[in-house]
Amino acid sequence: MADLLIELFSEEIPARMQAKAREDLKSLITNGLVEAGLTYASAGAFSTPRRLVLSVEGLTAESKPVREERKGPRTDAPAAALEGFLRSTGLSKDQLEVRDDKKAQVYFAVIEKPGRAAATIIAEVLEATIRNFPWPKSMRWGNGSLRWVRPLQSILCLLSDEAGAHVVPLSVDGIAAGNTTEGHRFLGAGRFSVQGFDDYVVKLKRASVVLDSAEREAAIWQGAQNLAFAAGMEVVPDNGLLAEVAGLVEWPVPLMGRIGEAFLGLPPEVLQTSMKEHQKFFSVKNPKTGRIEGFVTVANTETADHGETILKGNQKVLSARLSDAKFFWENDLRVAKAGMEEWLDGLKSVTFHNKLGSQADRIARIAALAREIAPLVGADADLAEQAAKLAKADLRSAMVGEFPELQGLMGMYYAREAGLPEAVALAARDHYSPLGPTDTVPTEPVSVAVALADKIDTLTGFWWHNEKPTGSKDPFALRRAALGAMRLIIDNSVRCSLLEIILEGYEPLDLKLRWEIESEERTADKEAAERLGVPESVFQEWRSKLAADKRLKSGPSDFEKRLFSMDFSNVPHPGSNLLAFFHDRLKVFLKDQGIRHDIIDACLAMPGNDDLTLLVKRAEALAAFLKTEDGTNLLQGFKRANNILSQAEAKDGVEYSYGADPKFAETDAERALFTALDAAEAAIQPAMKAEDFAAAMAAMAQLRAPTDAFFNAVQVNAENPIIRRNRLNLLHRIRAICSGVADLTKVDG
Amino acid sequence: MVDAPKAPRSFQEIILRLQNYWAAQGCAVLQPYDMEVGAGTFHPATTLRSLGSKPWAAAYVQPSRRPTDGRYGENPNRLQHYYQYQVIIKPSPSNLQDLYLGSLQAIGIDMGLHDIRFVEDDWESPTLGAWGLGWEVWCDGMEVSQFTYFQQVGGHDCRPVSGELTYGLERLAMYVLGVDHVMDMPFNDPAAPIPLTYGDIFRQTEEEYSRHNFDGADTAQLLRHFEDAEAECQRLLGFAPLDPKTGKTIIMAHPAYDQTIKASHLFNLLDARGVISVTERQAYIGRVRALAKKCADAFRQTEAGQDAPAEANA
Repeated sequence: MADLLIELFSEEIPARMQAKAREDLKSLITNGLVEAGLTYASAGAFSTPRRLVLSVEGLTAESKPVREERKGPRTDAPAAALEGFLRSTGLSKDQLEVRDDKKAQVYFAVIEKPGRAAATIIAEVLEATIRNFPWPKSMRWGNGSLRWVRPLQSILCLLSDEAGAHVVPLSVDGIAAGNTTEGHRFLGAGRFSVQGFDDYVVKLKRASVVLDSAEREAAIWQGAQNLAFAAGMEVVPDNGLLAEVAGLVEWPVPLMGRIGEAFLGLPPEVLQTSMKEHQKFFSVKNPKTGRIEGFVTVANTETADHGETILKGNQKVLSARLSDAKFFWENDLRVAKAGMEEWLDGLKSVTFHNKLGSQADRIARIAALAREIAPLVGADADLAEQAAKLAKADLRSAMVGEFPELQGLMGMYYAREAGLPEAVALAARDHYSPLGPTDTVPTEPVSVAVALADKIDTLTGFWWHNEKPTGSKDPFALRRAALGAMRLIIDNSVRCSLLEIILEGYEPLDLKLRWEIESEERTADKEAAERLGVPESVFQEWRSKLAADKRLKSGPSDFEKRLFSMDFSNVPHPGSNLLAFFHDRLKVFLKDQGIRHDIIDACLAMPGNDDLTLLVKRAEALAAFLKTEDGTNLLQGFKRANNILSQAEAKDGVEYSYGADPKFAETDAERALFTALDAAEAAIQPAMKAEDFAAAMAAMAQLRAPTDAFFNAVQVNAENPIIRRNRLNLLHRIRAICSGVADLTKVDG
Repeated sequence: MVDAPKAPRSFQEIILRLQNYWAAQGCAVLQPYDMEVGAGTFHPATTLRSLGSKPWAAAYVQPSRRPTDGRYGENPNRLQHYYQYQVIIKPSPSNLQDLYLGSLQAIGIDMGLHDIRFVEDDWESPTLGAWGLGWEVWCDGMEVSQFTYFQQVGGHDCRPVSGELTYGLERLAMYVLGVDHVMDMPFNDPAAPIPLTYGDIFRQTEEEYSRHNFDGADTAQLLRHFEDAEAECQRLLGFAPLDPKTGKTIIMAHPAYDQTIKASHLFNLLDARGVISVTERQAYIGRVRALAKKCADAFRQTEAGQDAPAEANA
């Protein structure tokens, strides 16, 4: 058994790449070793800004020998066959064995691959790993052609066992592996040699390098907390920043400073963002005032003046940065208090998308849509419209220009400072949400209206111009917008027809359609038809209908709405197309919540499938139902009934739908099923009316025993045609009752 | 490591120390390029000479103009005209980071007191069709230099790779000299018979150029000049390589590149005058980049830009 230590020493590796690089190094090397026939007990990967390190313990000294026998041609086969066999095995004729095989003599090749020394394998695997390392971005340097994240300076590759430690002979682009490394850039004292991993860690620490990033993180966090605690303050936790800072230093030395009095009036997020983004500072809060009043910076070195110069320098940079922020804040407040007109005006000249006009055009569309959505989500229409108009005003503010990640949040502060209603301020902050599957969903009705309108407008706009996501390409984040809209609806239990909202979203775009339709230019037909995704002839038909429609001149007509909600069977049109996209996203979303694809399909097949809240309720109930024993058994009963019925209907060319009469029942099982169906119907109807799917399905579950008993006792296709028809009509009742809840034919199993 | 030298006392002393330091490292100390450029990278000693395989080492001060950064001399650290110190070495030596740290020591930054960090910053110049990987160098949290390994310039792969160092001189000097407002920075020795501050020399010009850049420049004329420079660059590159008068192959790569520099600066001025919309912006940048690429193509055909013949035993 041996231990392996690898260190790839380079110029500074970007902090954000280190975690993945550690994992990649570990998996590439260990997989390579295992594939080559070695085994190992454990492996650990480490990184600092200047090194990637792998330690493998309990490595076998050599790979197992492999013996392979291959049967070749008969000895009396044509010469070409033998030549081919020799070529494929790489042997010569006298190395082959001749053996008796049944009736003939046959050549056999015995290929012995002896075990290979670990060092040989390591050298190969390490070189291949270095040459093919999956850095997100890599570079060449000097005269070389090797690629690495930044210039690779040295390779340490040491294999140690009871006999001692040996350098694994290896050279990549002129860099020969050795047993030396160096410590901290400023605090270390030149190169030193190491004997193995434990020795390496100890000597690195002596040379002011903490190898393990987790240890550096812990030291930073502990040090920062101690500094803050001593001053009666507390550090604001930020794990992302902690990991990044740990990737920027080999010898972390936290230092704490105070933010100048002049800047304490800035919103805490501004202070935090400025300090984090520009300076990688942690924010320090004063629990007595609740304000951010200090910072912790993490130096990479110890100095004779205990960091005083470093802290002073950092403080100076921070003051310059915060002076800028304060200047922005004060200027922005002036504009906000004057009604934000300057920003709204400015948004007219900011292009949102060249086919969808300016940000101001977009805001106008969102505001109109938010008005329509407001009553559906319990918001005041005027307030929703006002909020939508102002929600994106902060995009023109100087602060958001500097810190784009503060969009929305600044809008909230500015709306409050301008004395606007709190609902308007919150909508500015929250209307971008939710941004992902785990992001918080707004609940304030005005925020919900604006957020929903924002997302629907994005979707209808890009859909209208046929800018749809394809494969992995989704440049306008339309999948995210659809997921956001869905979560807004579902989490808030909003009851609405999504298709109607989508059509509202198309309304302003319809103006363009109307222009195209009314246009004298016949040549526009083709283009407009293409845009709508319909054949030119269909488009011309619409045009003549619209031309006859007197209401056209007086604003958006119902006719146009109908135009988009019309079902052109298999002809895609923007409205239904977008709804299908929503359904696809919903499937992905629900699948993540453990609801199977086929269950969702069974619910999607029901009417009202653009009411997502209802759809989800139904799917959840069905999923729960199918998890019960009654549920799975009833599903079988339903399928059996449906199959028998479908076959009979296909054979007889009629539909068995009504007229099942208990008086033709011959057996108790049949009569019991009649009774059970009556009882189930009586219970299911009111439950469905109340949209209580769970209750409906519980009632449905009562059908399981009588249905099973029926199938056990009764031959459906009886000799007597009257009895047969009666039984088929009875099966129809099972099908009808079950199908009223969901389309169970779509469910697997 | 040698002991840190005495602290410099003026802006010009910092420049002189950098000049001496890089001269001692074997760089040719060049003079600024005699045209208006946005950054030291535009100097043909960097842009063009980073192409081809011939070794190169140069250092120089480059006055740089960023018309949109004008603040009438009032902002403590924003100027529309400022100085960059540029070092370019091809192929990049393996100890370039150490050489760079040596230059910081030369201007009085004591590594025993300060915190120097190399923080990821990838460099890209869309107008030059160039990019590289490297860092911004922090001294106590302040960005004092840009450090880049060129990967591509003018659309050409850099083989070998050049190492480029860019120091923002005013900011660096203000930090070293402990000055809070750039205009208060001593330009020459404060003990000289006639001590001059940065403001004595540049406050008035910052005012004048700020007004010029934001309000004075004639946009119609700038647009014409842009078109002229673009046309002239292409015209110069359209000449047959063989010069009938001398019978030599003379490709006018540098004169054509001058026109690219002009077009780039004119674009910056137009941008400052606020007459270029967001959508047009990309188109203008693309036009300048197309010129830069053509100049790079042309330079690669010249003697200075060609690949040296491979060594026999290489």
